[in-house]
Amino acid sequence: MSKKWNLVVDVARCDNCRNCFLAAKDEHISNDFPGYAAAQPEKEHSWVDIRHKERGSYPIVEANFMPVMCNHCDNAPCMKVAKDGAIKKRSDGIVIIDPEKSKGQKEIVDACPYGAVYWNEEKQIPQAWIFDAHLLDSGWTKPRAQQSCPTNVFETLKVSDAEMQRIKGEEELDVLLPEEGTKPRVYYKNLHLMNSCFVAGSVVTMIDGVDECAENATAVLSQNGIEIARASTDVFGEFKLDKLAPGSGAYDLEISQGSGGKYSAKVEVQEESLYLGTLMLEG
Amino acid sequence: MKFSVILWGLVQALRIATRIYPKFAARVKERDVIAQFKLKDNSAGRWIQFMNGKIKSGSGIHKNPDLSLFFHNKAIAAEFLTPPFDQLTRIDAAKNFKVGMEGPDELVVWFASTLTYMTTVGWKSGTDMGNGVTRYTNGTNGGPIFVYVKEGKIIRITPMEFDDDDAESWTIEARGKKFTPPRKTSLAAHGLALKSMVYSEDRIMSPMKRVDFDVDGERNIQNRGKSEFVPISWDEALDIVVKEIKRSKAKGRGAIFANSGSHHQWGNFGHYLSAFGRFTNLLGCTKMMGSPDSWEGWFWGAMHHWGNSMRLGTPEFYGTVEDCLKEAEMMVFWSSDPDKTYGYEGTIRRAWAKELGIKMVHIDPYLNHTAALMGGKWFAPKPGTDAALAQALCHVWITEGTYDKEFVEKRTEGFEEWKDYILGLSDNTPKDPDWQEKETGIPARDVRALAREWGRKKTYLGAGSWGCGLGGAGRGPMGAQWARMMTILGAMQGYGRPGVNFGNLQFGAPVDFSFYFPGYAEGGMSGELTQSANAANNYQRMPHIVTMSTVRQAIPRKFIPEAILDGVALGHLTDVSTVQGQFMKVGYPAPGHAKIEMMYKYGSSSMGTQMDSNRYIKMYQSEKLPFVVNQSIWWEGETKYADIVLPACTVFEHDDIGEWYNVGAGYVHHMYSMNNHRVISMQHKCIEPLGESKSDHDIFLEIMKRLDMGAMYSEGGNTELDWCKRAFDSSDMSKHITWKHFLKKGYYVVPPVSEGTRAPTGNRWFYEGRKKDTPEPYPLPADYKGNFGEGLQTTSGKFEFVASSLKNIDDSGRPPLNKYMPTYEDPERDEHLSGFPLQLLTPHTRYPFHIMGDEKGCTIRDIKDHRLRVDGHEYLVATISGKDARDRDIASGDLIRLWNHRGSVVCAAFVTDRVQPGVVSAPTASAEYRPAGEPGNSTDLGGCVNMLNSSENMTEHTHSIKPNTTLIQMEKWTGVDTWQRAEAV
Repeated sequence: MSKKWNLVVDVARCDNCRNCFLAAKDEHISNDFPGYAAAQPEKEHSWVDIRHKERGSYPIVEANFMPVMCNHCDNAPCMKVAKDGAIKKRSDGIVIIDPEKSKGQKEIVDACPYGAVYWNEEKQIPQAWIFDAHLLDSGWTKPRAQQSCPTNVFETLKVSDAEMQRIKGEEELDVLLPEEGTKPRVYYKNLHLMNSCFVAGSVVTMIDGVDECAENATAVLSQNGIEIARASTDVFGEFKLDKLAPGSGAYDLEISQGSGGKYSAKVEVQEESLYLGTLMLEG
Repeated sequence: MKFSVILWGLVQALRIATRIYPKFAARVKERDVIAQFKLKDNSAGRWIQFMNGKIKSGSGIHKNPDLSLFFHNKAIAAEFLTPPFDQLTRIDAAKNFKVGMEGPDELVVWFASTLTYMTTVGWKSGTDMGNGVTRYTNGTNGGPIFVYVKEGKIIRITPMEFDDDDAESWTIEARGKKFTPPRKTSLAAHGLALKSMVYSEDRIMSPMKRVDFDVDGERNIQNRGKSEFVPISWDEALDIVVKEIKRSKAKGRGAIFANSGSHHQWGNFGHYLSAFGRFTNLLGCTKMMGSPDSWEGWFWGAMHHWGNSMRLGTPEFYGTVEDCLKEAEMMVFWSSDPDKTYGYEGTIRRAWAKELGIKMVHIDPYLNHTAALMGGKWFAPKPGTDAALAQALCHVWITEGTYDKEFVEKRTEGFEEWKDYILGLSDNTPKDPDWQEKETGIPARDVRALAREWGRKKTYLGAGSWGCGLGGAGRGPMGAQWARMMTILGAMQGYGRPGVNFGNLQFGAPVDFSFYFPGYAEGGMSGELTQSANAANNYQRMPHIVTMSTVRQAIPRKFIPEAILDGVALGHLTDVSTVQGQFMKVGYPAPGHAKIEMMYKYGSSSMGTQMDSNRYIKMYQSEKLPFVVNQSIWWEGETKYADIVLPACTVFEHDDIGEWYNVGAGYVHHMYSMNNHRVISMQHKCIEPLGESKSDHDIFLEIMKRLDMGAMYSEGGNTELDWCKRAFDSSDMSKHITWKHFLKKGYYVVPPVSEGTRAPTGNRWFYEGRKKDTPEPYPLPADYKGNFGEGLQTTSGKFEFVASSLKNIDDSGRPPLNKYMPTYEDPERDEHLSGFPLQLLTPHTRYPFHIMGDEKGCTIRDIKDHRLRVDGHEYLVATISGKDARDRDIASGDLIRLWNHRGSVVCAAFVTDRVQPGVVSAPTASAEYRPAGEPGNSTDLGGCVNMLNSSENMTEHTHSIKPNTTLIQMEKWTGVDTWQRAEAV
C-alpha cells in the first residue's frame, strides 16, 4: 500500500505559543506557490488556528489549547461541493484547493465542518492549510508547524493507511467530529482536554481541631451504581475525575479516607467541568 | 618588504580586484580621487589615482593629492601594510600617531573602506537552496534563524535545524533515563513574526521632518505628536541634526541627551551598547542611566542577604539542570513563567521533569503559561502579598523543625532575630498560616500542606521568570520584600544541597562556559570601558581604540520627563561591582554642565514601556526640549514626538554577528546557559535596506563624517562586515573553523564539554563550606571578607537573615530585617486612590518582545490572545476575572476601559478563571499610542497600559520601577472619552 501523509496532534503538549500559527502566516503571506496556494491575506486567516478550552475554576483550572487546520479528509465535504475539479486529492493523501480553479466557489468554505477553510476576499478564493505540500514535495520531512513547535505537539507520519489505523488504535488517537464521517488525516491525542468534563474538589479533614488538607483520600464517581472514575487526593487534598461527557447528567460522588471520614454528594455534569470547592470529610 | 614594493603591490592588487570583481570595479568608479601614500618626511611615497574607474599610479609625492596616508617611518609602514594584518599593531600605530590620514574625513573613510573592500568583496554568504533561493542566517531576540531569500525578498524564516557537521548535543542521565535536547533552535513568537516585522506597514521608509518644524524659525514644539511628517532627503535631515548638535554643543557640556531603550535588535555591532555607544561617546552626550528594571527586587533587596552583586542579586545557576533532574522531588515556581518571555529552550527540560514525576507548584496571581502547560498545584496570592505566604512557610518550618538546621547554623547569621520575628516574639504577631490567610487569601491549611511537603521533599525554588531570579513579583512595589523572602526560603532549606537550589530548568544547561565569544554587553565597537563589560575580555581580544564620553551627568531613566520639565532628576547607580555600588547617587544636572538642548532618541518604546508614560507627552510638547531627533525602524507610539525622524533598518538589512543569549560578563554572565546549544550566528545582510532606510551604524557614520569624526568612528574605514570579522577573530571560534566557512554557512554550534568537565552545581561549594568553584569571576577579590574564594560577598561572608548592608542606610522600604509590609498602593491609605478597587498586573507578554512585533502589519497582531480586532482596530487584550466581568456586565471580546488618575486605556476583555477577582492583567506590549483626544490628556486606544503605573521608586533610596499591583477601575467602554489626567498625587 502506498504511504500517505498523516499528522498527529497532542493536545496535552500545546501551550498556545502560537509558533505553528505564525509559521503558517510566515510561509504564506506574500508568497504565491503556484499549483499549491495563492498568497494568504495579511489578516484574519488562521490556516493553523488555535482553539481554547478552559476547564474548572480556581484553584483547579486548566487552560487547554488545540491546533485546528485542514484535516485533509479522505472523505472531504469540500470536495463534494467543489466544481470544475477545484479540489484534488493527491495520491499521498493531501487535499489541495486549486488557487485558480476554485475562484468564486465560496461554498467550499461553508462545506468544511471544521471551519478550516478561509475565504480570500480579495482574490475570491477559498484557502486552507496545505500540509506544506510544496515543501514536502521538495524534500522536507515535516511541515513547518512541527518544525517550529517547541513542545513536540506534532508528529508527521508518512505511512500506509493500514499502519495509520494500527497507530490510531495503539495510541488511542481521535479525530475531530468523527460523526461527520470525513475520515480526517489529522489525528488528536488527549482530545478529552478539549471536549470532556472533569469533577474536582479539595478535600479537607479535621485533625486535632485544625482543618487540614486530606491526602490520599479516594474519590469515586459513579452513575447508576456503576463506577465511572476513581482518583486519589494529593498532598493538597485535591482530586480530579476526568473524561466525563458533557451533559452526562447526575453522578454519585463518594470520598473516603481510610478509616477516617467520608463525604458524599450528588453532582450534575452539564456542559462545563466542575470544581466542587472545599469538601469536608465527616464522621 | 620594502615600502616601495609594498605600495606597488597594493596598486597591482587593486587592479586585479577591479578585473575579477565587477562590484569592486563599480566601487572604484564611484569617486575620482588621488590618494598619496608616503612617509611623513616625504622621503618616499606612491600616489594612486582613481579616475572614471581607471587606476593610475606613480612613485613619489604627488603635488596635489585629495588625501594622504602617511607613516612615521618605513618599519611602521611595512608592519601596517603587510598581510596578515595584526589589529593590535594597527591600533597602536593609529593611536600613537605612527600613521595618520589627511584630507576630507568623508573621502578618507571612503578610500579606506575601498581598500578593505578589496578583500571582503570576494567573501560569500549563504547557502544556495536551488530555484534562486539562498538560505542566510541571522540572530534575533527570538533566537537564531534561517532566512530564505529569493529575488531580494525574504520569503521564509525558520528555526535553525542542525546538520551532521554541527557539534553533537549533550546528554543528561537522570533516574535511569537519558535526556538529549532536540537538534534545532527554538524560536519565540517575535522570532517567527520577523518577516512581517521587516515588511510592516509601520516601517519608516525615508528621513522625515515634522511639517511645522523649521530649524531656523518657528519650531512649533507644542505640536509634537500632533503634526504630520513629510519625507526629506538624507542630506537635509542630517544637516539639520548636525546643525542642532553644533547649536547644543555651543551651550555647554552635556547639552545633548542620548536616550535609548533597554533593548535593541540582536547583534554585537548594531546594538545600542555598540554603534550607538561609540557615537554618543565621540559626540559627548548626557546619557540615560538605566535602572535594573527586570531585577528590581533582586538588585535592591536580595543582594543584601547574599551578595551576588555582579548578578544583580540573583544566585548562581551552574549545573542546576542536571542536579534538578537527578535529585529534586518538587519544583516550586514562584512568580515564575519561563515559557512566557524567553523562548522555549527550557520548555523541553521541564517536560523531562514532568516525565520524571517531579511534583510542581505554581505561585502566581495568574495561572501562567508554564503552569497551564505543566499542571500541578496553583496558589494565587493577592498581588503584592507573596511575602506573607513566604513568611508563613518559615513559620511552619520553624515550629515543626523542618528546615536545614546545620546549614543555618554554619553558613548563616541573624537567624535567631529572624526566628523571633517569625514566631512573633519580637512584635507579638506570629507569622503563621492563619495570619497570612488574611493577607494573601490562601487557606492556611494549603500553606501548611505546602510547607510540610517542601520540608520533606528536595525542592527547587524557581523564583522569578528565570528561576534563579529576575522579573516576576520582583518588579512590583513590594519586589524587594518578595525577592528577599526568596533568598530566605532558600537559606532555610540549605540551597546548594543536592536537589535543593534555585531554578526552574530555564538556566544552567551543561554547555561549555570556557569557549569565548563576546556578548553584546561587552560593548562591541563602542570602545566604552566603564559602562559596558568591554574591559573584561573584548577590549583585549578585539583590540580597538577606547572611547570615552567627557560628560559627567546622566539622567535616571525613570525621571526623564522630570529632568526636562523640572530641571532636576536624581537616581541611584546600577553599579553592580559591589553591594554598596547601589547607594551612590547620580543625576542631572551635574555641576557646571549645560541643560538639555536636544534629545537623540534611539527607538520609540517609551509610551509602551515607561511608567506613567503620559508624562512623556508633556515633556515632548515642552519648549524646554528645543530639538528631538528620533532614530527608529518603525512608526511606534513615541516616534512622532520628534522634529526629525531617521529611518533605521532591521537586522536583516545589514551585517552583524552575535551569539544567542550571550550578554557577556556583568549583568548576566553566561546567560547562554539558557540554551540547549550555544549557537553563534553570522547575522547576514539578507536583503537591501528597505526604502531609504540605513543601518544604525551607517546613520551614525554619516553624522560623524559631517563632524570630521568618520575615520575615528569607523577606526579607519571599517564597515559592519569588517567588525564582524574582527569579532570572529577575537573569539575562540577562529580556532575551530575558518572565517570563510562561518560566513558562508552562517552559524556555529559550540561543542559541549565532557561530562567530567561540566561546571559544578551552583552554590554547592557554599553549602559544603568549600572555596568557590563555579566559573564566574565574582565577587571581585576585594569583596571577600578574608581569603579569596571563601564565603559570600556579604559583610559577614555568610548568608545574612538580617542584612547588615542595609543597616547604614535609612530606607523604610528596606529594613535590615525583612519584616512584612502590606502593598502600598492602598485605597484605604490614599484618598486619591479610593474608587480604584482593582489591582493591575502589567507583565511582559509572550508574543511581542517588549513592543517589538506589535507594529502594524505584524502577524503577532493577529493573535487573538494579544490583540483583538473590533471595528477595524486591534485592541490590546486585558485578562479579567469572571466575577469582575459580571459585576460590570462585561463579556469576552467587549471593549473595556481601564483607568486611574494617571491614565486611561481601552483594551479588549478576555474573561477567564485564570485570574482571581480583583485582578486585571494586561501586558506592557503596545507599540501603538492612539489618544482618543488630546495627547497626554485623554484615553489611549492603543493599549499603553503602563500609563496607569506609578513612576515613583519602589523604595526611597533606589532607582526602580514598581509596575504591578497598581490600583485601577474598569468599565465597559462607552466610546465617549471624558477622562482627564489628574496631576500627580
